[in-house]
Amino acid sequence: MAETVGILSFQDLILTLHDYWSKQGCVILQPYDMEVGAGTFHPATTLRSLGPQPWNAAYVQPSRRPTDGRYGENPNRLQHYYQYQVIMKPSPPDLQELYLGSLAAIGIDPLVHDIRFVEDDWESPTLGAWGLGWEVWCDGMEVTQFTYFQQMGGFDCKPVAGELTYGLERLAMYIQGVDSVYDLAFNTPVNGKPAVTYGDVFLANEQQMSKWNFEVADTEKLFRWFRDAEAECQASIAAGVPLAAYDQAIKASHVFNLLQARGVISVQERASYIGRVRDLAKGSCEAWIAHNKAGWEAQFPGWSI
Amino acid sequence: MAAAEFLLELRCEEIPARMQAKASEDLARLFTERLADAGLTPDRITSYVTPRRLALIAHGLPLQTEAVSEEFKGPRTSAPDQALDGFLRKTGLTKDQLQDRDGVWFAVVERPGRATADVLAEAVPAVIRAFPWPKSMRWGDASTSTESLRWVRPLQGIVAIFGDDLVPCSVDGVESGFATLGHRFHHLGVITIGNAHDYAEKLRACHVIVDAQERAQIIEERAKALAAAAGLSLIEDAGLVAENAGLTEWPVPLLGWFDPAFLDVPPEVIQLTLRTNQKYFVLRDAAGKLAPAFICTANIEAKDGGAAIVAGNGKVLAARLSDARFFWEQDKKTPLAVHAEKLGRITFHEKLGTVADKVERVAKLARWLASPDSETGKAVVPGCDPDLAEQAARLCKADLVTEMVGEFPELQGLMGGYYARAEGLPDAVADAIRDHYKPVGQGDDVPTAPVTVAVSLADKLDSFHEFFGSDMQPTGSKDPFALRRTGLGIIALMTVNGVRYPVGDAHGQWDFIVDRLKVQQREAGVRHDVIDAVVSLGGENLIVRLLARVHALQSFIATEDGANLLAGYKRAANILKKEERDPTITPAAPSEPAEAALASALESAEPRADAAIAAEDFEGAMAALATLRAPIDGFFETVTVNAPEQEKRSARLALLERVRVAVHKVADFSKIEG
Repeated sequence: MAETVGILSFQDLILTLHDYWSKQGCVILQPYDMEVGAGTFHPATTLRSLGPQPWNAAYVQPSRRPTDGRYGENPNRLQHYYQYQVIMKPSPPDLQELYLGSLAAIGIDPLVHDIRFVEDDWESPTLGAWGLGWEVWCDGMEVTQFTYFQQMGGFDCKPVAGELTYGLERLAMYIQGVDSVYDLAFNTPVNGKPAVTYGDVFLANEQQMSKWNFEVADTEKLFRWFRDAEAECQASIAAGVPLAAYDQAIKASHVFNLLQARGVISVQERASYIGRVRDLAKGSCEAWIAHNKAGWEAQFPGWSI
Repeated sequence: MAAAEFLLELRCEEIPARMQAKASEDLARLFTERLADAGLTPDRITSYVTPRRLALIAHGLPLQTEAVSEEFKGPRTSAPDQALDGFLRKTGLTKDQLQDRDGVWFAVVERPGRATADVLAEAVPAVIRAFPWPKSMRWGDASTSTESLRWVRPLQGIVAIFGDDLVPCSVDGVESGFATLGHRFHHLGVITIGNAHDYAEKLRACHVIVDAQERAQIIEERAKALAAAAGLSLIEDAGLVAENAGLTEWPVPLLGWFDPAFLDVPPEVIQLTLRTNQKYFVLRDAAGKLAPAFICTANIEAKDGGAAIVAGNGKVLAARLSDARFFWEQDKKTPLAVHAEKLGRITFHEKLGTVADKVERVAKLARWLASPDSETGKAVVPGCDPDLAEQAARLCKADLVTEMVGEFPELQGLMGGYYARAEGLPDAVADAIRDHYKPVGQGDDVPTAPVTVAVSLADKLDSFHEFFGSDMQPTGSKDPFALRRTGLGIIALMTVNGVRYPVGDAHGQWDFIVDRLKVQQREAGVRHDVIDAVVSLGGENLIVRLLARVHALQSFIATEDGANLLAGYKRAANILKKEERDPTITPAAPSEPAEAALASALESAEPRADAAIAAEDFEGAMAALATLRAPIDGFFETVTVNAPEQEKRSARLALLERVRVAVHKVADFSKIEG
């Protein structure tokens, strides 16, 4: 690590990235207050990547992947973890350099560590979205997903947004040189008090939520929640409130993930559930576009869907 | 003529490694085509590619294109005005510029030579816009329109220099210039290129080796040297060398170690983890065993000599290997039979049920293949214990639900074999589980161990029968269930092991297998017309018997007897095609000696051929037919078939019919070409 910044705690890593991206003109948002599988689901990425308006934002998003739960026993896998998300629209010409600047800011020296852009195209069947880009490797470890969005909700991105998704725990483990996520220093020791570890904060959560995700969650209710969210999403689309509709699409997507963790969705049904979630996400995007189209066209002459 | 070198560099964000070689060829091809359209041919083209740039140098381009005079023939001078007007439009000339040659208008269009620099300035944008990337994207401000330039990743710069002069051109706001960039981390400023001659060396000075071949060579040589210095040897892997050359501009192989305790995990798993996930080279120790070491290829000359890079990569690898070891140990805790219970959750095909349903069918079929027939006492797959065949079949798909195969699907079968051995199942069962997907393609090993043959064949026959039975056979170029490959696998298993399994003709299955057989046998030098000659007899359902007859026939027609018999047969068949025998006329007794000789030869050959065929002694059958050759030749030399006496004619035609029938016992010779 470069000596200048010292070894960052988990929270200082986040604060450093906030500081860095704030200086690049990003609005620093707070996490979306709903359960999502990835930072991309935050409406600040999904919906804001549509339409012609410039948009630059950065935020941390807690991400829930019920099937990745390991009851707190696996040092690398969590059912709840954090992504650091940057979205810049239109993608700036120097986005790679900006990104590398963020690595330098958190103390990664590219003449000591081997940074590589390795092909990895991104696709989200549930969002009807895809893009081209890379996974960024640092000494053979994937630390960031770097994507130029081409489509969202089935619509062309005009203009294209650049999206960066950092896996915060992984990056922090690398910077701190620890082998288990639970050993991460969450903060820096102050006044002789030992640092709080990631395990102090989240181990019990992983243990209990893994049990709930895999064993406890009432599947009858989950199925009902899915149907309810689906109906509510459709009703909200009809009522012309696309942001509310999108919330329900997110909810349906998460409930579907829970149903998968409970192992009650057969392989055959899986594709049909993904299709239903995609229809909700696409429908919400479509409604969002319909809601804003006139304004966008007025503000950006010549722009069209 | 004065000539100069043209340098083109298209710089962009990282190009996927797998696309670079093709892109480099495409650039040279498209560029050469554009030049050819303008009448320019370079002496040669040098191509370079790195993750961040595609470049080429066209050597020996003349400074001017040659003046061309083109001549077009027009309408007759007497033709109506409309025809002349059309011709003038096409040539862009006026009537007084045309030449009247013997009553026909001719246009001579002079195209003056152009400056090559102008041609190049047009060619560069045209090549960029027409570039056939397998996947391309839009980016930046311009992407507000979907019509904006597409490239594999954002295009950032164009260097276009002819001789020492800039070729000014631009594409979607990217302007050509003399400036490029060196290595992403080793050289921060811009580099000014003077001309084609200093390009590669200037970049080398800035830590970029533009030649992909050279990078590959460096990787290979240094990796080997590192291995040797550690007392190990590199498992060579040209694909991995190329991939690493496509991920680096300044490749620096580095050797690291992993905890030898991970070597408990099957070597194939470790190799896959290193190679596929991490793009590391794999090493062997002096005894030929997998060594606890790896070679990664960095893209920098690290300040600390690579210590941090090796440590970091080692850590990532350890995490991956501990995942793999966890899967291995976790999977082994559950017997395969218990894993197999979960197969009911996996759909094999929506119309054909779950994998558990398939396993049930395969188990029954494997047992049947291994069981002695109640009449003959012989099993279809000889020497196979039916209990072991059924046991292996019931377990052969169980590894599909294990953690390891979930992570590495390409290890299906192989892991099942390991798990079977680990739980102490008989070797024959473990081997059958491991190898039952074989042969996977032409050239793959064909199983010969009886239990493996039974399970492999049962698995493939089940897919084959089920998909055909549900009308899902391949059509045209569409073969979504890889049934052509399955068919080849069935044929290979049957022929190598002499398996006598009757393939029914329902839903075109027999015809399909025969078509596959022709494809497969073509490589072995067997003629498709010879296969047709045997197949068209009908009544066959055993691949091995069909093939034995085909082989015997192909050898036979290559002999002098065979070739002459074929000629005699064809002559007889031609006569029979033209001449009709009146069945109401009683044939006369043989009147010529040759007639009698042929009749008696048939008398003795027919039962011999029949007996030989019944015993599947096809060489014997051919030998019996060969005895007809001389009598047939003698017959045609001395006997006139179309005798004026109707009784004689009828007798002779009947004799020829008998020849044809006798020959057809072996094959339909009319299908044989030549």
